[in-house]
Formats: sequence, C-alpha cells, structure tokens
Amino acid sequence: MATLGDYLIVSGILFAIGFAGVMLRRNLIIVLMSLELMLNAANLSLVAFSRFRVQPNGLPDYNAQVFVFFIITVAAAEVAVGLAILVALFRARQTTDVKDISSLKF
Amino acid sequence: MPPFLFWTFALLMLIFGGAVIVNRNPVASALSLVVSFLGLAALFMSLDAYFVGIIQVLVYAGAVMVLFLFIIMLLNLRVEEQRQINWLAAAGGIAVALILLIQIFFVVGHFQAARQTFPALARSTTDDVWNIGALLFSNYNLPFQIIGVLVLVATIGVVLLSRRERR
Repeated sequence: MATLGDYLIVSGILFAIGFAGVMLRRNLIIVLMSLELMLNAANLSLVAFSRFRVQPNGLPDYNAQVFVFFIITVAAAEVAVGLAILVALFRARQTTDVKDISSLKF
Repeated sequence: MPPFLFWTFALLMLIFGGAVIVNRNPVASALSLVVSFLGLAALFMSLDAYFVGIIQVLVYAGAVMVLFLFIIMLLNLRVEEQRQINWLAAAGGIAVALILLIQIFFVVGHFQAARQTFPALARSTTDDVWNIGALLFSNYNLPFQIIGVLVLVATIGVVLLSRRERR
C-alpha cells in the first residue's frame, strides 16, 4: 500500500516542477500553466491528508475536500483573468515573452 | 488501489508535468498538462475522493484546457525561437527549485505519520457529493457565497479586459 509520505513526496515533486517552470520559462502562457501545476500539487496533499484523517463515523475528513473545491474555483477564475490580461497585453505589444515586458523595470 | 497503479499514475503525472515546462511548442505543453491532470484525477480517485477527481477532469481537462488552447490559437503562437539562454538565471531557478525539493524530502522524512498507510474506511465514499454539499451549505456557507461573488467579479473583469477600446 502507498503511504501518506508517498503522496506528499509526489505532491512536492509536482510543486517543484511548477516552481521551476515559473522561474525558468519566459512564455507567459507556460508560466500560467506552471501556476496551475503548483495549485494542483497543493490539492493533492490536501486530499491525501483528508483521506488520512478518518473521522469516527468511518468517513474521510471532508473539510479538506471543501478547501480543494474552493481552490479549484479560484484557480479557474484566476486562469480566466490571467488569459484575458495576456490577450490585452498581446494586443498592445504583440508579444507574450516576459523579457519584452520591462516598462516597469527599474 | 494497488501500489503498482499508484506509481503508474504518479509517474505519468510527473513525466507529463515535466513535459509542460520542457516543451517549446505551447500546444504540446497544453496537451501535456491535460494528461498530467488526468493522472492527478486518478490519484484523487485512489484516495476515495471521487467528487474531487471528477471535478478535476471537468474543470481542468475540460474548461481550463479549452481556454488555454483557444488563447494559443487566437494569438497564433508558434514555436518560440531559440534565444540566448541566460545560464546564470537558469541555474539560479533550478537551484532554488532543487533546494525546495530537498527541504520537502527532509520534512516528509522526519514526519512520523508519513510512514503509515491510510486507515481503512468503514463506509464507502461513493456518496461524497452529499457530504461535501452538506458541509458547503452549513459550515462553509459564507465562503461559498464569497466565491460566488468572486466568480461574478472575474466574469465582469474578463469581459471588460477583452473588450476592444473605443478610439
């Protein structure tokens, strides 16, 4: 049987992959996708803890799954707004590369 | 779920998650992300969280990925041209991610409960929609309504952002 630690390690590796994507990639669409990976890594560890804490009535702790529900909702809204900003940016600058967007850089 | 299936789906998810950030073509990245999320949904179901797994497939593999692909087609992005890689910045990014990973391994290694397997459930969780819904409308009623307002604000914001401004 897989232990709680296995799920936490897999979740941590997924988070590190998403983090590396945000740090390394310069295409804004890929950066948004990497953000999704990090949010989902957090979801995986929440669900693993939910299954681990079995309640006295023999069911998993559903509080964590409600959190996952909220995180999925917020992530979907965040993607929609992020992509709308991306389209507005592309209209103004014809680029999605973070290196070309440096007007606010000191 | 047998350990064989757990490792199959975990490896599938991690390999395609890595493919998301390695691929140069945004369309290939988006499709890798779909496969990665399907593997994640299988892991959710292995944890007896059927509702969350189905929501994962519907919202991510369905709605969010269609949005990503739609934007990639709309912007007509091609494979990005090979640019000079800033090796110092790349090494720094990989180093920070590796340090984070080592930290996670260290913390999980010292976490006593992480070595235990999951306790058995006394009842089947096929009716977890009922349980999550009951919690959502009792304990989490206020956050639920706030989420509703958030989605409304996001909808209006997106419409406003993507409207062509008048000259």
